[in-house]
Amino acid sequence: MLKYLLKRFFWMIPLIIGISLISFLIMHLAPGDITTSEASFNPKASEESRQKLRELYSLDKPVIVQYGLWVKRMATLDFGTSFASHQRPVFWQTKDKDGNITLGMIQEALPITLLINVLSLILIIAVALPLGVISALKQNQLADRGITLFVFISFAIPGFWLALMLMYWTGVQHAWLPISGLESMGHEHLTWFYRTIDTLKHLVLPVFISGLTGLAGISLFVRNGMLEVLHQDYITTARAKGLKENRVVYGHALRNALLPLITIFGLSIPGLIGGSVIAESIFAIPGMGKLFYDAVLMRDFPVIMGILTIGSVLTLIGNLLADLSYAWADPRVRRGVMQ
Amino acid sequence: MNKVLHNPLALIGFVIIAGILFLALIAPLIAPYDPDAINVKAILLSPSANHLMGTDGLGRDVFTRMLYGSRISLMVGFVAVGIATAIGIILGAIAGFYRGWVDTVIMRVVDVMLSIPTFFLILAVIAFLTPSIWNIMIVIGLTSWMGVTRLVRAEFLSLRNREFVLAAQALGAKDARLIFTHLLPNSLTPIIVSSILGIASAVLVESGLSFLGLGVQAPQASWGNILTDGKEYIQFAWWLSLFPGLAILITVLGYNLFGDGLRDAYNPRTSQH
Repeated sequence: MLKYLLKRFFWMIPLIIGISLISFLIMHLAPGDITTSEASFNPKASEESRQKLRELYSLDKPVIVQYGLWVKRMATLDFGTSFASHQRPVFWQTKDKDGNITLGMIQEALPITLLINVLSLILIIAVALPLGVISALKQNQLADRGITLFVFISFAIPGFWLALMLMYWTGVQHAWLPISGLESMGHEHLTWFYRTIDTLKHLVLPVFISGLTGLAGISLFVRNGMLEVLHQDYITTARAKGLKENRVVYGHALRNALLPLITIFGLSIPGLIGGSVIAESIFAIPGMGKLFYDAVLMRDFPVIMGILTIGSVLTLIGNLLADLSYAWADPRVRRGVMQ
Repeated sequence: MNKVLHNPLALIGFVIIAGILFLALIAPLIAPYDPDAINVKAILLSPSANHLMGTDGLGRDVFTRMLYGSRISLMVGFVAVGIATAIGIILGAIAGFYRGWVDTVIMRVVDVMLSIPTFFLILAVIAFLTPSIWNIMIVIGLTSWMGVTRLVRAEFLSLRNREFVLAAQALGAKDARLIFTHLLPNSLTPIIVSSILGIASAVLVESGLSFLGLGVQAPQASWGNILTDGKEYIQFAWWLSLFPGLAILITVLGYNLFGDGLRDAYNPRTSQH
């Protein structure tokens, strides 16, 4: 296991180098240098702020030196300070000489996005597993057809449109659910119990919207996985030796059909993080997605580069965790049989 | 193709795709109004015989704008997928045919691209460029070639040592000939399937970007930016939000159904079940 762990860990190094190259490339995409594009989009960009940008990325130095400095920034997770938000640090809090702490922007936004994504994953597991299993057991019957239709529609429905419709229906027409932000007015005067309820109510729609596509994908995946496993010889053997059908389905088939799911979860992380842009900007939730969207609108380059990097690092960590859990769950992988 | 059209879902998908393409092609012939004509006497009219899908906040006919918007949305889908597929075929073919270190390098680049959240990547690039319809197509294309690359590579790896390829090679066929006349034609079905499914997701991404104001820019109509207007008027004018959303839903559904049907028809493993 240790050998596998080390191997898997070192495998991340070329990926991190690749990410640093691509993000560096993006910074140099703009015609001229980024200070001219800053000026052409944001008429308020003063000579002073352009000078800051030049200093931040050392644009007057040779390209190779700039790249070296960018790698250093990535390695130390120091992405400088935001242009738009009163010089707030992009990633983590800083202390000034009077001991006042200024919280980092990503530091504040990340837990919110992680919370939404964890809740979405819970929703996905709770709904997609039963749907997939039912669909496979009742293959080509009414229930299966209904679930398949639901899957196809969920794949095709534009998330932002559904968000808008649900927001209008549950929030404006019926006032069942709050439609924006994470806290109602007077939130701070509530007891912790009602505060939690209040925040959860705010999270219902965003979690549903960000989980829906994943939910459809996973239930389809579970269905196909179950169908494939149910045709395997060891299932026939299990049935032949007289095991109860429940035991065959849940003890033998489901456990094997679920294994690849771990990898799928790992692979779905970039989609979930990226998808947070739409859900969070529609529901005005101050997470990574909204922060990123606002930064793009204001051409706040330090924040853009910071989130791009942190988002990629999170994806790498997610994939690593997925691979390690897979190795933990499947002895064939950790003994290197299935490399 | 016959097999595909016998699958009812794939047939529905095909009819949807063909129908919307046809409407997009003949848009100027059937559009009752000018898509950009502002009419202050006809602001936010609800759907009627004169305005099938009502009018928007500037008095423009929504049905007309939907027709012209379909051209934009589909064009973005086709061009973006064209770019992605071209890159995917070239890189996948090189990786699968030559293997060795070239393969390793290309596959590592794929891994890197897959570990950057795509939507963040697209938005970051757009932040450094200007949002315009051409930039959107190129950016979506440049960020979605990884699946095709893996697919083409896998096909090439499995075909590379088959008898007919080895025979052609023994007869003295050059690499280019092997790739273009033997390997590529035999890998075409999965490439077509993934392109069709790719169009569906490109249409979704474009509409999402336009909805966020970072895609196709006003006054040019796209389904996504008609919805952005709809958001402003959602309390008074449901038609502004409903129709573009439905159009995206139906289009994407059409491509997904057809792509899936095509895959099932040519995949012996799934058509057995």
